[in-house]
Amino acid sequence: MRFSKRKILDLLSAYWMYAGIALVVILFGFIGVVLFIKASPVFYEQSVSDILFSDDWKPLSGKFGMLAFIISSLYITLIAVAISAPVCLLAAIFLTQYADRRLLTLMQPVIDILAGLPSVIYGVWGIIVIVPFVSDVIAPAFGRETNGYTILSAGLVLAVMIIPFMLNIMIEVLRSVPTDLKEASLSLGATYWQTIKYVVVKKSFPGIASAIGLGVSRAFGETIAVLMVAGNVTRVPENVFQPGYPLPALIANNYGEMMSIPLYDSALMLAALVLFVVVIFFNLIARSSIIRLEKYS
Amino acid sequence: MNNPKIKIQGLDLHIHKQHILKGINLEIPANKITVIIGPSGCGKTTLLKTINRLTDEYSGVKHSGSITIDGIEVLNTRNGLTEIRQKAGLLSQRPYPLPMSIFNNVAYGLKISGRKRKSALRPRVEHLLRMASLWEEVKDRLNDPAASLSIGQQQRLCLARGLAVNPDIILADEPTSALDPLSSQAIEQKFQELSGQYTIVMVTHILRQARRIADYVIFMYLGEVIEFGSAEEFFSNPKHEKTKAYLSGVFN
Repeated sequence: MRFSKRKILDLLSAYWMYAGIALVVILFGFIGVVLFIKASPVFYEQSVSDILFSDDWKPLSGKFGMLAFIISSLYITLIAVAISAPVCLLAAIFLTQYADRRLLTLMQPVIDILAGLPSVIYGVWGIIVIVPFVSDVIAPAFGRETNGYTILSAGLVLAVMIIPFMLNIMIEVLRSVPTDLKEASLSLGATYWQTIKYVVVKKSFPGIASAIGLGVSRAFGETIAVLMVAGNVTRVPENVFQPGYPLPALIANNYGEMMSIPLYDSALMLAALVLFVVVIFFNLIARSSIIRLEKYS
Repeated sequence: MNNPKIKIQGLDLHIHKQHILKGINLEIPANKITVIIGPSGCGKTTLLKTINRLTDEYSGVKHSGSITIDGIEVLNTRNGLTEIRQKAGLLSQRPYPLPMSIFNNVAYGLKISGRKRKSALRPRVEHLLRMASLWEEVKDRLNDPAASLSIGQQQRLCLARGLAVNPDIILADEPTSALDPLSSQAIEQKFQELSGQYTIVMVTHILRQARRIADYVIFMYLGEVIEFGSAEEFFSNPKHEKTKAYLSGVFN
């Protein structure tokens, strides 16, 4: 059989794409498997429920209860998303539906730059601005005393960090609603706000939900900026004015440092595995809710 | 013409620096089908959307002149935009079902104006769907998403949705251009049935369609009304050279 150059190129390009896809899938599985194998020694010492739901973190005596870290992470993520999601939604509605198009063109690069800033910059900014703000203004207002390195500070910094990321997706989503659909609603005598509320936002809901879902994943895994302002004290936080110690910070602070303690590296791998699973879990939830919601839009 | 439903006087419309509509004067009769024909980009759709002020939503639109519906000014007024739009509903080129169930699509106009109690909605929705000849096809799946209907069904749903708010005028922008022949026929038939009670203004590209259903015809070219008259006169005895050329298909 004779192959022309054209056909060979065609064949090669197809295989090249398969190889790309395969690499992505294999890498994904590979990370999961390696984390599991590395973490498994801890499972022989302690039950999974003890690891996940006990706050007894004493590596020296072989106790690896991660509840404090898990709760800290959840707490910080919750604060960050609770603040950023409504801000992003309203900003995106304003920019796409109300503002002059020139404002959006002006804002787009600003948002892109904010989204691309290295997270360590957000961390430094958090230490300079947010930490004193929490210790001097917010905490006293609630009758609390703190040095400012708290769950709340971490949540605030993280909120600021994921706003540009979420805002970008939401702008894209809201912009894709066809003008004719809006006109259909306006032609029925709906006011502009009713049209936004019942038609534009409803039509974009799957996209908005996925933007929030991706924001959660990103917030949950963010390491450096959070580590710099969260306080990093191993204790289950009772309120937002106490320091926390999120999972990514635990791994980043200790990996390579405390390896002489038996099982410690396995415990850290387990923390990584928990992160990995939680991020996958949020992604799946976001996606399945998108599929369900899309039926109605 | 005595007692026109819509009266347009000296209407000029610019979008940014482009002169889209030029000195339009028209008297559109009540309870008839008036068809607007003309080559693409001649301002047909813009004229239609000016009548219920959808042009307000575009940036850079400036208009002068006057449009009245039943003698009431609609162009140069700040208030009552939602009322104007309820009076003159729009059926667009492609159906755009709202992102909700079949039932709620029809009930939408009633709900947003807060005029109907919940218990009164159902018989009203049924009545409207029957008017649009859609009831038999959807009565068992009123809660399904409207997007699950075929395109032809969606267009009839949009018609029912538009009728729900009791308009006097139906503005239709090439309402059959995306539909298969059978669905197109259904819409044409509906228009003819409805024309006794509604003033219908329809833009179309299909001359045969205009011949089939028009009572009056408007021919537009480059933002101007070239000729306006009863369908009979218009098609059998066009006055203007451009109209003759367009009708015989030698237009360029």
